[in-house]
Amino acid sequence: MFEDIEHLIRLAVVMAIAVVAFLVLRAAVVPSSFGQYGHYRGAAIAEIAARPIAFAGHDVCGACHTDIVEQKKLGKHAVVSCEACHGALARHGDDPTAVTPTKLDTSVLCSRCHEANSAKPKSFPQVVTADHSGGIGCDTCHQPHTPKIEEKIATGGKK
Amino acid sequence: MDVTRRHLLLLLPAAAVAWKYVLAGTPEASPNYKLSEHWWSMLIDIPKCIGCGRCVRACADENDVPDGYYRTWIERYHVADWKVERPEVESPHGGMQGFPPNESTAGKDFFVPKLCNHCADSPCTQVCPVGATFITPDGVVLVDKTYCLGCRYCVQACPYGCRFINPKTNTAEKCTLCYHRISKGLTTACCEVCPTGARQLADLKNPKDPIHEFLRTHAVQVLKPHMATGSKVFYNGMDGSVR
Repeated sequence: MFEDIEHLIRLAVVMAIAVVAFLVLRAAVVPSSFGQYGHYRGAAIAEIAARPIAFAGHDVCGACHTDIVEQKKLGKHAVVSCEACHGALARHGDDPTAVTPTKLDTSVLCSRCHEANSAKPKSFPQVVTADHSGGIGCDTCHQPHTPKIEEKIATGGKK
Repeated sequence: MDVTRRHLLLLLPAAAVAWKYVLAGTPEASPNYKLSEHWWSMLIDIPKCIGCGRCVRACADENDVPDGYYRTWIERYHVADWKVERPEVESPHGGMQGFPPNESTAGKDFFVPKLCNHCADSPCTQVCPVGATFITPDGVVLVDKTYCLGCRYCVQACPYGCRFINPKTNTAEKCTLCYHRISKGLTTACCEVCPTGARQLADLKNPKDPIHEFLRTHAVQVLKPHMATGSKVFYNGMDGSVR
């Protein structure tokens, strides 16, 4: 019955070599973390999480600039993060001498939020800057960290 | 050894230095972050959005998003009177520089910030042929750019148009929910800079997160619920005309 078996053995050997080659190749090519959490490379999560941050966060600013944070608490801008206006400054937080924040142009900056637009919520304070200030810097009258104008400095009738 | 007052005084400067480090904190360190303890989502309060575009600029700064591409963007809707099914939608430069005044007459206008919905049953991850995009155990849809072939299946599959091919790397790119920030205990760049609190990062697995109270007490929607994507970006006060 098994007299002509050699050709079958030869076939089995070829198959076994193919299977071994596949397994070796697979082990070499597929990263070890593939399948750790699902059908993807598990190590990718840590790689993406390792990216450096650009925005330091309000707490980091407040660690040094306590006076500004206290001043901000007195007005409507208390909830606005420092970096909302001053920009991404994580590098300044790590080393204050590395980056010095530039002085902001209030005539551009303030209008980004406060320029009147029909799509803005009605309760949000808005002005038409052309009528309100004629393009002069908002900090001529308003102090940006506590923007409400005190009675004594209020100029003209407009607010 | 008896501890005398002299010893205690010598210890004080050392203790002061140590305490300074405790107070300073280290936002980078995240050894205690456990994937299984979070399920990230975002809450968007449309009545608070002023369309200033700060989130769009912050996203570009934080994530090096190429010019002309947006991981988050703001749309301005204009619904003329009764034409709820045909809103006029515009998003100049993704709303990055704000919006010009519109000459709308009758009708209503409002802003809708958009970003990846980090769907629990995301269509984009299901179509990836090589396992380059996936949802993490903490509920964030990410792209492994070393694995991505740039085949664009996922770009087509996303019902919200949240993906694009980065022209420099030729790989798919999208909002990571600032994964490099939230895994360090920070909020996302867009939520950090939002001046009105219209965007809030939320952790659905944290029982102390205010999102739970908010979801219980407000009429909240997700975008395209009929797609059954399990979207985790919740919109409060969203008009029926929003697509």
